[in-house]
Amino acid sequence: MAIEIRIPTILRSYTGGAKSVQASGETLSALIDNLDAQHSGIKARLVTDAGALHRFVNVYVNDEDVRFTGSLDTALKDGDSVTILPAVAGG
Amino acid sequence: MARFDSLLSSLGGTPLVGLPNLSPTADVRLWAKLEDRNPTGSIKDRPAFFMVEQAEKDGLLKPGCTILEPTSGNTGISLAMVAKLRGYRLICVMPENTSVERRQLLQMYGAEIRLSPAVGGSNQAVRVAKQLAAENPDWVMLYQYGNQANTQAHYTTTGPELLADLPSITHFVAGLGTTGTLMGAGRFLRENVPGIRIVAAEPRYGDPVYGLRNIDEGFVPELYDDSVLTTRFSVTSGDALRRTRELIDAEGIFAGLSTGAIAHAALAMAARAVAAGERADIAFVVADAGWKYLSTGAYAPDLAEAERTLQGQIWA
Repeated sequence: MAIEIRIPTILRSYTGGAKSVQASGETLSALIDNLDAQHSGIKARLVTDAGALHRFVNVYVNDEDVRFTGSLDTALKDGDSVTILPAVAGG
Repeated sequence: MARFDSLLSSLGGTPLVGLPNLSPTADVRLWAKLEDRNPTGSIKDRPAFFMVEQAEKDGLLKPGCTILEPTSGNTGISLAMVAKLRGYRLICVMPENTSVERRQLLQMYGAEIRLSPAVGGSNQAVRVAKQLAAENPDWVMLYQYGNQANTQAHYTTTGPELLADLPSITHFVAGLGTTGTLMGAGRFLRENVPGIRIVAAEPRYGDPVYGLRNIDEGFVPELYDDSVLTTRFSVTSGDALRRTRELIDAEGIFAGLSTGAIAHAALAMAARAVAAGERADIAFVVADAGWKYLSTGAYAPDLAEAERTLQGQIWA
């Protein structure tokens, strides 16, 4: 199962500068573990010690914010696209 | 009612129009709330007017005062109009990568503009404005991202208007910037319509806008309460552009780019309702018309070219 993950500029130091990488996992949580196995240290930037998404990190599966679809338990399937973005001001 | 005592008293009460061509079925209908029919042409007239009124009531604003606000455009234009009529000086902090029309409108209304760096987008505008506020304690920063009067404007006007015009409403879709529209109208609708879906469309920009030095520089507006929302979409410039054109082609609505993003989210919810075999009345916000964005090239004939020119601009 291959899932594309788009990495924001601020986290590309973990991916050797790559804008997008592939990882696998049945849930977002498993995907982030797999991502961290390939790019050590990135998980700590996304997930707090308490096991929740960092306040200023937004993760979207197929453009939908995972905080409304089960957060780290969001189920993934082959071909899904995951986008990670820092929370910034709009408006 | 079509006659008003003044421009300001004509605020709100905007039309809700059906979209017979974009609605997928007779049971799943889309409706557009035309917020470009406000005094300065955007939904931001509502919070701008409410924030000024509240600051006057609270004694924060007195004649001759200077108002300071970080804004990517529409809130600034709305505030500039109110400030002009009420005799306040206005200073707007705006990212430099915003359209020239917005700057010209602000200047025409007599506002002063301080540009903040393109890299970092509105985040930088907020930071620069907070610095200026600290350096100039006599200036009044209304601060749309944390001002309850922003939410209140939509709780007392936008929300009730929607319910009155569309009692069968099942979904409300709007843009997520300050979060004021969704928090205010969303909370009102949740209190009055059991099971209603409150859907956010957040613009997704190019990399430079997310160019923070570290993740702790991230920003979530003080007004934001995610328990009001049921779904939140991140919409790319390409999807927003395509939908903006679809609104013109299918329904004759010449909307701004953030409305394209909102329409994209509304159509996604419509497709889900059809797939689930559910009835739906989906109302979404037309935040402003397209006039202020013509110079960006977003409406140029070649879509791919339009998408390229939009990279790096704050289009919502």
